[in-house]
Amino acid sequence: MEPIIALENVSFSYKINENSTVSVLKDVSFSIFPGEYVAIIGHNGSGKSTLSKHFNGLLTPNTGEVWVKGHNTKDDSKKLDIRKGIGMVFQHPDNQIVATIVEEDVAFGLENIGVPRQEMKQRIDQALEVVKMSEFRNRPPHHLSGGQKQRVAIAGVLAMQPDCIVFDESTSMLDTFGRNEVLQVMRKMNEMGMTIITVTHRMSEAAEADRIIVVEDGKIVMDGKPREIFKHKEVLMQLQLDIPAVSQMAEMIHNQIPTFSKELIHEDELIDEVKRVSKVRSGEVV
Amino acid sequence: MSIIEIENLSHTYMKGTPLEHKALKGTSMMVHEGECIAIIGHTGSGKSTLIQHFNGLIRPDSGKVVIDGVDLTKKRIDIKGLRRKVGLVFQNPEDQIFEKLIGDDIAYGPFKLGLPLKEVRERVKWAMDMVGLDFEEMKDRQTFALSGGQKRKVALAGILALKPKILVLDEPTAGLDPKSRNELLDKIKFLNKTENLTVIFVSHNMEEVAYLADRVYVMANGTDVLSGTPEDIFTDKEKLQLYQIGTPETVQALYRLKDLGYNVDTSAFTISEAAGEIIKVLANGEGENRG
Repeated sequence: MEPIIALENVSFSYKINENSTVSVLKDVSFSIFPGEYVAIIGHNGSGKSTLSKHFNGLLTPNTGEVWVKGHNTKDDSKKLDIRKGIGMVFQHPDNQIVATIVEEDVAFGLENIGVPRQEMKQRIDQALEVVKMSEFRNRPPHHLSGGQKQRVAIAGVLAMQPDCIVFDESTSMLDTFGRNEVLQVMRKMNEMGMTIITVTHRMSEAAEADRIIVVEDGKIVMDGKPREIFKHKEVLMQLQLDIPAVSQMAEMIHNQIPTFSKELIHEDELIDEVKRVSKVRSGEVV
Repeated sequence: MSIIEIENLSHTYMKGTPLEHKALKGTSMMVHEGECIAIIGHTGSGKSTLIQHFNGLIRPDSGKVVIDGVDLTKKRIDIKGLRRKVGLVFQNPEDQIFEKLIGDDIAYGPFKLGLPLKEVRERVKWAMDMVGLDFEEMKDRQTFALSGGQKRKVALAGILALKPKILVLDEPTAGLDPKSRNELLDKIKFLNKTENLTVIFVSHNMEEVAYLADRVYVMANGTDVLSGTPEDIFTDKEKLQLYQIGTPETVQALYRLKDLGYNVDTSAFTISEAAGEIIKVLANGEGENRG
């Protein structure tokens, strides 16, 4: 299968003044395939956001290549195809809301690519429904709260029907319910075949993905399934990261009750393990 | 002694236009000196509008707002003096960073206060230490090349350097990695407990509410619908459901076990307390639906 995004020996540095630069990405190579759900984690300043801006050509590498759906992101003639294919949702919705009315903001991208009116309406309805903002469609976005704005921004990207959406810490401003809603939307879109890439600081959120990529000092230091990654607690702690609360609880319980598995990453697993162990201990046959 | 007194406060955006929006509808709040208060509530419940009253960014439409003895309903108030007392850190740290270099940005406030250069430098150093930025390494770095989390630290340091009496934080740890987050929470706790700084923070993160707050105000639809200690709030299942308040991940798991008939205490917030509850249940050999 062709990767949807492929990075080949990508290096990137920001110029901070005339004669010095800060090197952010250092010889990074990996591929993301259609239908994957990938979480990227790493501490503040590790290069995650710079990395994610390479996925749709917002930034292009100083050396190395980034291929999106087979197009090189340095090829300006393919820029539109690349941006249509890879949607981005950022940390601060204010930076990506342009219109004065919610539904017009969602329509903005569609107008630019000339979607017929009837289809446009349909796509806007659907997108607002998914993020549960339909009742706000006629409100001015600047008076919405942070979380509501973020959902409008997500709707705007959704309406463009990209192949892949990159969420750059997009849930960090949302409340528990808002976050769970967005996570459900991400899961649902992934099940429908959309490639999802999420950059996050919340370990329980990274555990939702099928694959985790760990970035440290501009390099990929770990790449694997969440369950494998979260086995390496000491390494993650050294990288200023953590393991999900559920995994921490499981480990503490395991230390007292050895039959209790310590390799749990989801809440459901914790509940099931408590059921299993309590049945065994109360003498019931399993 | 109460340092913040808010009674029946209302605020309407774009009053008298078709887009009129009532953000606050008669909310009240009382904060004592040295307390650490969390404000939680759904997006759009009026939290951000409320905290902008604390330093006079928004003046009350109706109702009473008294901040450390300053009555904000009066026409003439010492707004400069008020803003010196109340430090506000916004949700988007980029909005309050404008200098080219980190050190200069943090020094801007103390410098404008007319402090001697030596003290400005001392304060910048202290504030950077408080948020976990290395003074020597970071002071001459450019602000634009910082990551979101680092910008947040710089913005907070800029406010701390003013040595406010009341610190107001809107989502203080959004965008921080787990280690920076824990460090910052510890620093806020330190400032609150040992330096007697009054702290008010808005948060969606229930773990940090449970960890930091002495008391919690729950906002819904522009009013305060509930207040109490984190323990009061997170053990009131009916209210949690009614106002759709999230709980820490630990409490969430404990509630699910409780629903299955396990005898766990849902006021165990910390990971080790919550794990302890499960160990207790398993060690006692309790099964499902007993008792």
